[in-house]
Amino acid sequence: MGKTIAEKIIGNHAGYEVCAGEIALCSIDLVMMHDANGPLAVRAFREMGGENVFDPEKVVVVFDHCTPPSNEKLSNIHAFLRSFVKEQNIHFYEGGRGVCHQLVAESGWASPGSLIVGSDSHTCTYGACGTLSTGLGATDIATALLTGKLWFKVPKTLRVNLKGLLPSMCDAKDIILYTIGTLGADGCNYASVEFYGEYLEHCTEANRLTITNMVVEMGAKCGFTCHSKLGVQADPDAEYFKTVEIDLTTLEPVIAKPHTVDNMCFIREVEGIPIQQAVLGSCTNGRYEDLEQAAMILKGHHIDPGVRLLVYPASETVLRRAAASGILIDLIDAGATICTPSCGVCVGTLGGVPADGENVISTTNRNFKGRMGNNKAKIYLASPQTVAASALAGRIADPRELIV
Amino acid sequence: MENGKTFAEKILGVAAGREVRAGDVVTVYPDFCMSHENTSSICSTFSEIGAETVYDPDRIVVIFDHTVPPSTAAYANSHIKTREFIEKQHIRHFYDMDKKGGICHQIMCQEGFAAPGLITVGADSHTCTHGAMGSFSTGIGRSEMAAAWATGKLWLRVPESLKIEVSGRFRPGVVAKDLILTIAGDITASGADYMSIEYHGDGIANMSIAERMTLCNMGVELGAKNSVCKPDEKVFDYLKGKAKKEWRYIWADEGAEYRKTLYYNLDEIVPSLAMPGRVDNYAKITEFEGRRINQVFIGTCTNGRLEDLRVVNHILKGKTVRVRTIVQPASVEVFRKAISEGIVADLLDAGCVVEHPGCGPCIGVQGGVLGDGEVCVSTANRNFTGRMGSRSSEIILASPATAAACALAGAIADPRKLS
Amino acid sequence: MKIIEKAIVYGDDINTDLIIAGKYTKTLNKQDLVDHVMEDLDPEFKKKSAGGAIVVAGEYFGCGSSREQAPVALLGSGVKCVVAKSFSRIFYRNAINIGLPIVECDTSFISDGDILEYELGGTVLYDRTNGVSASITPLPDLMVSILESGGMVPFMKTYGGFEAFTKRE
Repeated sequence: MGKTIAEKIIGNHAGYEVCAGEIALCSIDLVMMHDANGPLAVRAFREMGGENVFDPEKVVVVFDHCTPPSNEKLSNIHAFLRSFVKEQNIHFYEGGRGVCHQLVAESGWASPGSLIVGSDSHTCTYGACGTLSTGLGATDIATALLTGKLWFKVPKTLRVNLKGLLPSMCDAKDIILYTIGTLGADGCNYASVEFYGEYLEHCTEANRLTITNMVVEMGAKCGFTCHSKLGVQADPDAEYFKTVEIDLTTLEPVIAKPHTVDNMCFIREVEGIPIQQAVLGSCTNGRYEDLEQAAMILKGHHIDPGVRLLVYPASETVLRRAAASGILIDLIDAGATICTPSCGVCVGTLGGVPADGENVISTTNRNFKGRMGNNKAKIYLASPQTVAASALAGRIADPRELIV
Repeated sequence: MENGKTFAEKILGVAAGREVRAGDVVTVYPDFCMSHENTSSICSTFSEIGAETVYDPDRIVVIFDHTVPPSTAAYANSHIKTREFIEKQHIRHFYDMDKKGGICHQIMCQEGFAAPGLITVGADSHTCTHGAMGSFSTGIGRSEMAAAWATGKLWLRVPESLKIEVSGRFRPGVVAKDLILTIAGDITASGADYMSIEYHGDGIANMSIAERMTLCNMGVELGAKNSVCKPDEKVFDYLKGKAKKEWRYIWADEGAEYRKTLYYNLDEIVPSLAMPGRVDNYAKITEFEGRRINQVFIGTCTNGRLEDLRVVNHILKGKTVRVRTIVQPASVEVFRKAISEGIVADLLDAGCVVEHPGCGPCIGVQGGVLGDGEVCVSTANRNFTGRMGSRSSEIILASPATAAACALAGAIADPRKLS
Repeated sequence: MKIIEKAIVYGDDINTDLIIAGKYTKTLNKQDLVDHVMEDLDPEFKKKSAGGAIVVAGEYFGCGSSREQAPVALLGSGVKCVVAKSFSRIFYRNAINIGLPIVECDTSFISDGDILEYELGGTVLYDRTNGVSASITPLPDLMVSILESGGMVPFMKTYGGFEAFTKRE
């Protein structure tokens, strides 16, 4: 019987053929930690009696959640993790270099067929690169650091067929928000998901990363955006526990309303809700192509005076490129605030915490109550195009209405 | 002939409408009253004193810079409270977190609020920065600000003056920050307590407005009430089409009486440091070369201007920093120009972190806070214990050139050796 | 190991931000987490859990972040076990790894304040208050061993790796 991508990759890392439902002990190609959960993993590693990591070449630490630090507690946590990095001689990205998932994807760590675990639930992002990657808690990460191995339950796989191409002003973000909204936040719990369709042949790698980034929001362990050039492929007769079809040709911009990601609706249902803050960025939508989409809408206009537009490029490379191409200037001229590449805004640990009663429209991936640091604020998730259009309007706005 | 008058005596006399001398107390109508995030606290005092409407909304300038974007819900709520007040009181000079924004003192000069002969007061001690434009500018308390909002008026004691006569030109690798750190070392942190510092001489005329702002910015670190440079064509040109109010040239008379006169020859100034704890804890860079550091911070109302970033980029371009180096432009306009000039790209390539314009790191409330035992070389104006974070961290003040050299070395380094 | 505690009942989709908000997670001090556990969901939670409790929930408990601080905060606040109709994948792993027993079964018959009884590794959850019990698919030996050890850290100290369990799975 044919194998899904997850079965293939897990089998390759276990050393024998596996099927969904089995438990397999796998060797890990890369362990990624960041400054939020990494310190806990290091402590657990110590408590386990760990002295040296299994392979310093296969461990990377990224500072992105609390950087540059806004209080001394965070600075001390950084110092703690830095000393571990130095002692173990492992790969390291200092604060300001970018968001961990973007750096891992950009730097070529995420190769097709490899197995990566990370101390962050959105580690599933690298599925777009053909990597089986998944987020784990600190103790699992500690075990991986110590032994280079982890137990995995081989996930069953959901197949999502994307039919046709996207209409103008719709984005990969709309696809994944719609998918999550349709299947539910636990619609893919513990499973792998494989996306197929003509769209994935034509879209940018940034679009694919947006889709795989959010598969965890429907509970998935990992996800893959399959296209003909992807370095790892499922067998034609692989077994899927469910197959769903999504017609892209009729898709409209969608929004995830507060306070769950699957609380999805079409934009027309929430159009006109006033917003005070718009956030463009994060591991979901902070890539150059995302900034470019927003800049195309914003260029030559100015955001509504009642709105703050915060831009968090996903990496320094993205920021560098946006500075060189001129879109950074376009964004600034439109009234955007350009922040250091980082992801604190999404989890409420750094700049961009909304005030009581404020509405935020954001390209990030979670809208839980209190997520951005204030449980009295509401977060609406949307595409870069929708966020840009809404920032201009001062209310939730349909980007399609901008085309005359 | 009667003795001439100092700048402070002249400008405060004009403002009071009578002849005044040092020691007199005058009541003036400040041209602009500036506040930042502390506006929300001033609002509370304003209502506590029973006031309802401000005396003149056009004299009030509010600028967000200390916590942008806010890192806590409390900061965000404080911003909201201020925005509501701004709207209710019809205050049009409001600089929110947008493309016109930046550090308050930078905005006051950049946008033409500070100009020769004007009086600006601010609810921030470094308001003395504005004196670079030839204004009388001083920091006041929050309650005083609330009263000034309500009445438009403020009492000031006419200060005695300290004259600093500056000649010559800086040698390569030496900049205005080295001069002010040298002065602080010479006269101590209380050496100009309550005084007005007047900068005279061709050494000042040779300086850019940015350099003069650095000098005036740190006047309060010597205890001064205000600092001022003789306004000249550079200032007049700068203000063309920008000044927010009609201004008039006012400067000290020949033969004015000074408490003291100091003389500095810029040729003799060397790269200087203020070692941790006190701004007057002076050291020549050569005394500490090679000492290890953990962070470099370039920016603030002292040294976050385009000219400063150019100096830094000249040193860093094409090289790689060896410690984490945070660069924070003083305003969005500075940031924008630095992007256009390619400076931001070069600094990113050199490994710097470029932050959104603001002043949080200097006071330990936003990106760049120090952990236990860490040492930071900073272009800011204060190095008090715990200012940038942990009580056991240390801040060494230096010029942008020195800070850039330190970033490359990962240790205290002399910028002269790079040129 | 037998757990007998009173139930604190919540609904579906209790996410990790509700269990412990991201703004509080950047710490190595467990007490910092305990101080803010469940505060956005139930400000009274700490009072209820002090001295021991079993958290009972509906579907998809612990969805969201990979933050292990969530089960750590619950354990630290006195929670002896979490019972839910279903769990999110990462929370499930994290709870076992830090030594917080979890039970997946029907919870619709449990009311707030009921006294629940569960034997670690057992096949039944018993509600002493109303006399109803629910059947449970027993945990695999490996997970029971990790829980009995008090979490993955003591487990690794004892066993040094997974090899002892490879054949049994």
